[in-house]
Amino acid sequence: MRKLLKFIKPYTLWAILAPIMMFVEVGSELVIPKIMALIVDIGIASGDHGYIIKMGILMVIAALLGAVGGIGCAYYASKTAMYFGADIREEMFARIQSFSFVNLDKFHTSSMITRLTNDITQLQQIVTLCLRGLVRSPLMMAGGLAMAIAINPRLTLILFAALVIMVFFISVIISLSFPLFKRVQTGIDKINTVMREDLSGIRVVKAFVREDKEKEKFAEANDNLMNITIKAFRTITMTLPLMTIVLNSAMLLIVWRGGHYVSVGDMTSGDLMQYMTYITQILMSLMMLSMLLMMISRARACTDRVNEILDTDTDIVDSPDAVSGVITDGRIVFDSVTFSYPASTGDPVLENISLTIEPGETVGILGETGAGKSTLVNLIPRLYDVTGGSITIDGVDVRKISLDYLRKNIGIVLQKALLFSGSIAENLRWGNKDASDDEIKEACITAGADEFIESFKDGFDTQLGQGGVNLSGGQKQRISIARTLLKKPKILIFDDSTSAVDTGTEKKIREGLATRLGNTTKIIIAQKVSSIMNADKIIVIHNGKIAEQGTHDQLLSQNGIYSEIYKTQTNLETEVE
Amino acid sequence: MASNAPTGMPRSGRHDRGRPVEKPKNIGKTLKKLWAYVGRHGIKLFAVIFFVIASTLINLRGTSMIGTAIDGYILPGDFYGLRRMLIRLMLVYVLSAFFSWAQLQLSVNLAQHTVADIRRDLFEKLQLLPLKFFDTTPRGDIMSRITNDVDTISNALNVSITQFISSTVTIVGIIGFMLYLSPLLTLVVVVTVPLLIAATNFITKHSRIYFKQQQKALGDLNGIVEENITGQKVIKVFVKEEDIKQKLNVSNTALRDIGVKAQVISGVMGPVSTFINSLGYGFVAVMGALFNVPLGIITSFLLYSRQFARPFSEIAQLFNSLLSAVAGAERIFDVMAVEPEPADRENAVELTDIKGRVDFENVDFSYVEGTPILKNINLYAKPGQTIALVGPTGAGKTTIINLLTRFYDIQKGRISIDNTDILDIKMSSLRRSLGIVLQDTYLFSGTIFDNIAYGRPGATEAQVKEAAMLANAHEFIRRLPQGYQTFLSEDSDTISQGQKQMLAIARTILADPAILILDEATSNVDTRTEVKIQQAMLTLMKGRTSFVIAHRLSTIRNANLIAVLKDGEIIERGDHHELMRQKGFYYNLYMNQFAE
Repeated sequence: MRKLLKFIKPYTLWAILAPIMMFVEVGSELVIPKIMALIVDIGIASGDHGYIIKMGILMVIAALLGAVGGIGCAYYASKTAMYFGADIREEMFARIQSFSFVNLDKFHTSSMITRLTNDITQLQQIVTLCLRGLVRSPLMMAGGLAMAIAINPRLTLILFAALVIMVFFISVIISLSFPLFKRVQTGIDKINTVMREDLSGIRVVKAFVREDKEKEKFAEANDNLMNITIKAFRTITMTLPLMTIVLNSAMLLIVWRGGHYVSVGDMTSGDLMQYMTYITQILMSLMMLSMLLMMISRARACTDRVNEILDTDTDIVDSPDAVSGVITDGRIVFDSVTFSYPASTGDPVLENISLTIEPGETVGILGETGAGKSTLVNLIPRLYDVTGGSITIDGVDVRKISLDYLRKNIGIVLQKALLFSGSIAENLRWGNKDASDDEIKEACITAGADEFIESFKDGFDTQLGQGGVNLSGGQKQRISIARTLLKKPKILIFDDSTSAVDTGTEKKIREGLATRLGNTTKIIIAQKVSSIMNADKIIVIHNGKIAEQGTHDQLLSQNGIYSEIYKTQTNLETEVE
Repeated sequence: MASNAPTGMPRSGRHDRGRPVEKPKNIGKTLKKLWAYVGRHGIKLFAVIFFVIASTLINLRGTSMIGTAIDGYILPGDFYGLRRMLIRLMLVYVLSAFFSWAQLQLSVNLAQHTVADIRRDLFEKLQLLPLKFFDTTPRGDIMSRITNDVDTISNALNVSITQFISSTVTIVGIIGFMLYLSPLLTLVVVVTVPLLIAATNFITKHSRIYFKQQQKALGDLNGIVEENITGQKVIKVFVKEEDIKQKLNVSNTALRDIGVKAQVISGVMGPVSTFINSLGYGFVAVMGALFNVPLGIITSFLLYSRQFARPFSEIAQLFNSLLSAVAGAERIFDVMAVEPEPADRENAVELTDIKGRVDFENVDFSYVEGTPILKNINLYAKPGQTIALVGPTGAGKTTIINLLTRFYDIQKGRISIDNTDILDIKMSSLRRSLGIVLQDTYLFSGTIFDNIAYGRPGATEAQVKEAAMLANAHEFIRRLPQGYQTFLSEDSDTISQGQKQMLAIARTILADPAILILDEATSNVDTRTEVKIQQAMLTLMKGRTSFVIAHRLSTIRNANLIAVLKDGEIIERGDHHELMRQKGFYYNLYMNQFAE
């Protein structure tokens, strides 16, 4: 939490005003019993109605002041919390925008979303709680104690004893129930797992007629959750009766001792009544405080998760002497490139890759899943940084090129075609926000996307749902290709980005690229040999190394991995006898 | 006097005030069903209610005894009497605490048993539902019923009901005791009530509007966050970071501003009710003093007036939480009311010694009335034959599989196995005789051993190993550090997609079905693994009648019969060579997909 305090700084004034206002509220609540005591001791004793009414009015004024203080506190506390949360969210989001792929891979998508939404909401609640409850309770306790001591220090011993006993009970109960509630959470997770798996695998369950087994599994998790929950609540529900007994015993002792003092004249009966009000207020505040502390301790996980993002520094940044305007032809040279993920102990993902790609060349990359194909091309626009060797474009090391410039001039179509909510045209303009309608149309023709888009009722203005949900996989891939083409990059990379496009259309796209983008360097990763067999150069990656390279005919005659893949794909029946 | 103090239990605090509440459609009916669950623990419920009432009343009685102690003993100076009085009071408080303890214990027990029953029944009901339900209901929706909705019910049973009773008893009890002590001061206290209710209503009404807006703003923000975090890599590639930040900030600021309003107005509730409380407190003191009410009675009244306001605002809140609990219960009972899979016919038979002949005769089917998916399908498989189903997406290939397994039932025609109509076969027997390997391989969390043995509980180690070998899976399992005992968790990355498929094949081999249904995967599997899977599939198909949704050329070429589906009809049928000769739809498909 301490690290996050800097986000409160801009709102220091509000954060200070809130407790001050709370001070007023607490003050009023402490003063009211005092006025009451005056009514009893002076007003009733003297029978002075005027005095009584005057005190009554004073009481109303005090109550009003208290209300103003309370509302003011609520206002400033909420404002601080909301602005604080919004700022953290903004900062976190900005931080995530600056993350490299390595950073992004470390945090899962869903976990980042939770951090930006739920965790922040929780933090906001905590801030409100702190500024209100956490100020109110100690203030009330301190104020009440001071008043009590002023009235009668000897009676305060009883109060202290009660306080100590209460603190003891509360800490015992919390320490007993905390681990139990953790187990309740595990129990809930277990139930959810059984449930989720059953729902996801319902076809398998039914096909193997395993419904009874699933029921058994669930019943076990269910009973377990029930028993542990009962146990946990059993502990925590001890709090209320125990506290009531302590509070009431203290009260009785005070009536008993106080009664004596009143009779010998050490204390007025108004004092005694006032005293009883304070003791209730103090002990109630203590209970509130213990609840607040429990809630805040639960927020620990949230702050940790938020800090984890804020503390992560992006590992790919512009070098101080970064240049732009250097990509002129599109010649790419890999010089003994090695890459391994940070903190990984296994073999490097890529090892000693040396490769030259000439301007305008088309290069096909083939290999098993996990061989390192995607990583290889991601290194070019510095989505990852090499861990050894270097990559140069037109003679300049990519790490010396300004990131913005570099990425704007390299078009990479990622494996997973992701579109955003908005119209198709808006999505396409991601590539070039000033693109004319003609340019958009042309890019779509090359990407084989024009026909289906125009078949939609609203054409290019068709609205896409979140993530482009209303399109098929192949359609999404074609739009994302068109989007990239609109960048008019010098270097174009396809990371297995036509896997869901049917063979006929894919062939058309390939031909379009060859004729229209002759000067662009093209790198194509594919699963199917047919996608790349016409490339100027084919590279086969195996276990992070270049196993073979050459043209289709050269590789075929080598009788190596390439020819094996080629044969299995075109001629699968040779495997079948 | 402190019986209504906040407990250690989490309950809806003032932050919840004014959250929009979902209204149930049919409260009476739902309550009746809910009662069927709660009523099972009738004695406990009765005891809970008894304990709540007893502890509340006893506690209130204690407060009035304090007044008596002051007037009857302290002021006259009768300390002997005072001590006796206080001992009696102590007993009263201990008794009250005991009752409240007993009540809390019992109500937790009651609530947990009830929700556990509901959860179990809901889950068991789900097992009986037809696939149609799962295909048409979002998974998150079902999950939320078994978690969130059950939670709200549990919370309502656990806290709300007892609090509702204790609040009501407190209000009635306090008024009763106050009337008994001093009708005049009672009037003074009661005057503050309408004030309190009016204030509560006013604030709740306004905060509800803001909370609704806040909820919407939060939803918008979450949408933006989700979309852009998911698409983060694309954003990077297109250098769109700044634009996206702008977009988020607009939404973030909007949420912040409406959030302040919602929080402030709901935060006003506390001070306002404190104010009204203090007002009552002051009135009591002033009026009591003016009209010479005995000091002890004033004391009791001051204590009562502190307790009087809370139950009112509590009841207002509880009402909302009870309503949402009933709405939750309604959603759960909706699922329980869904028509289950049809029961076996009276004279349904067990399949024994299956030869493997499968016939589809004039089968019609539609998922939604009016949009037929399959039209007049006729398909005959002799024992041991392989039937390949080929055609474009949406042609109805998967549907044929859904019908044979009776995931869905046909509307017209007849499907039979060894000449027995599948409607006349016991559902469990039918499904046991069919082996299904689906496109999306689904494994359960558990060991590899358990997963392979899934289809045959009690399988021996040797059997599991043999199945794994036949499925080409033994090799990679053996190389895992824990071998067959390797634990697969949900979405685990321990093994690859291709290896998962091999496990699914092993699972089906072990189940040893007479008839096979295969949906060949098109997912990203590299060529070498692909070959292994293919071999495993062939082993599996040997000697079994097989229906294959085919994507692999080799499967199609080797099939005894290829059925080409288009728009729900079989438009061509025959073996590969016959169909190629016809130069029809299949020919085009083949040339497009596989030829160079």
